[in-house]
Amino acid sequence: MGRLANDPPASEITPEGLYMRRREFMRNAALFTATSTGVGSTLLWLMRGGRAEPKPSERAGGSDASEQQLAIARRGRYTADELLTPYRDVTSYNNFYEFGTDKSDPANHSRSLRPRPWTVTIGGEVHRPQVIDIDQLLGWFPLEERVYRLRCVEAWSMVIPWVGFPLGDLLERVEPTSRAKYVAFTTLLDAEQLPEQRRHVLDWPYVEALRIDEAMHPLAILAVGLYGKVLPNQNGAPLRLVVPWKYGFKGIKSIVKIHLTEEQPPTTWNLAAPHEYGFYANVNPAVDHPRWSQATERRIGEFRRRPTLPFNGYAEQVAELYAGMDLRRFF
Amino acid sequence: MRRAGPLPWLKPGVFVGALVPLAAILFRAWRGELGANPIAQALNQLGLIALVFLVAALACTPLKTSFGWTWPIRLRRMLGLFGFSYALLHVSTYAALDQVLDWHAIWEDVTRRKFILVGFTAFVLLVPLAATSTRGALKRLGYARWKRLHRLAYVAPALGVMHFTWRVKKDMTEPAAYALVLGGLLLLRAGVYLRSRPSAPLQPE
Repeated sequence: MGRLANDPPASEITPEGLYMRRREFMRNAALFTATSTGVGSTLLWLMRGGRAEPKPSERAGGSDASEQQLAIARRGRYTADELLTPYRDVTSYNNFYEFGTDKSDPANHSRSLRPRPWTVTIGGEVHRPQVIDIDQLLGWFPLEERVYRLRCVEAWSMVIPWVGFPLGDLLERVEPTSRAKYVAFTTLLDAEQLPEQRRHVLDWPYVEALRIDEAMHPLAILAVGLYGKVLPNQNGAPLRLVVPWKYGFKGIKSIVKIHLTEEQPPTTWNLAAPHEYGFYANVNPAVDHPRWSQATERRIGEFRRRPTLPFNGYAEQVAELYAGMDLRRFF
Repeated sequence: MRRAGPLPWLKPGVFVGALVPLAAILFRAWRGELGANPIAQALNQLGLIALVFLVAALACTPLKTSFGWTWPIRLRRMLGLFGFSYALLHVSTYAALDQVLDWHAIWEDVTRRKFILVGFTAFVLLVPLAATSTRGALKRLGYARWKRLHRLAYVAPALGVMHFTWRVKKDMTEPAAYALVLGGLLLLRAGVYLRSRPSAPLQPE
């Protein structure tokens, strides 16, 4: 039988050996791709601490409530000429262990927090104990913008334009008794809204406290916003403490209770590691954290570390609160 | 034509996969996606990947003794060298970017901070291992001495886990996971070692 016209000539037929090698090559190429993809993605997963990539829909902030502008009556700058840390960094890099221990966790997982309706219970050694709605509380005081440095105990820092009111104004309004020596604060305890409270990383709820003279100091504020907008969930909505001369962990978030006491109240990080975190936690470059130096800090957005200042640069205003105290002992 | 050995795709596949974390870090750094504190982020991720490779390198021999697989052994040197390379990048990032080559501050850190001293020691121990990773070095040292030296491959990741544990502020889940895997691998090796030792002759009572 003659050759059909469409058949390839014998010279073009791939030799059998070569044909088999091609199949082997394809197989090896596929296995190579699978191996490199498998190894690569496993490593990327481990690099994220073994967690899935957060879905964009879960991310908090930048949308609804947090875009709301606040009416600011007064502005004060306590940072000389330092540049503000961008809004994006302030709202995407912080610690709020109730949402996870990674610094991106608060921004990625804080949608579950509902900052309205919200009440704050004020009691203890006061003449006028009360339970107030957050919006009512906001109406009591003209809002001020305060540009403060924030120094984290982990040796990074930011400059943040907070919006709030002096804590002392609120305390005066509830009339502390003569026995009131300390002010204790408590964060919301609700694992539905603060999911990582299901894990025992710290003793929940988070608690913090100040000595009454520290609390009455005009630099200590309760913040309800930043950058002129309502405080985003990840930064401690709807109400948080800001004490700029102390390490950041003193700035308790999402406060539901303020209690004045005669005895020194327990504080969360001090309970967790008493030799590492003291009650006072004043920023002090001369007293190192047992595991790392506190002499320098990295300002977010800057390349070189900068020296840390005593009391975070607010020594002139607050050093007298600690006159005669051994700050190495009371760290 | 030279015929490739069995599983010719294995080593190149793992090699390319092992470069993915470095590529990801460089890409994100270039795009400004390493977050607000990119130096700390790169530093932590490079250190973590170094530890992953050092632990993976230690898993090769137990995989052979437990399951009879021989292919992991062929990856062992490469995994160890990747561990060393990522550790080198981690240390360089710390010295050059985090501390901007401030040797005084680095010296203070290494001598005064337990966790940095331990991490630095782990890195120093890896240097002779990387330097003697070639066939030629094995021949020059002789197998017995080479093997003794390379026992340091157990010490370095153990110090690495310690370094990781001491660095973490509170949540120990992740360092504990690495400690668990490493501890398991060391136990397996200890078991094999004890069984292979000739037992002492029985003494009449």
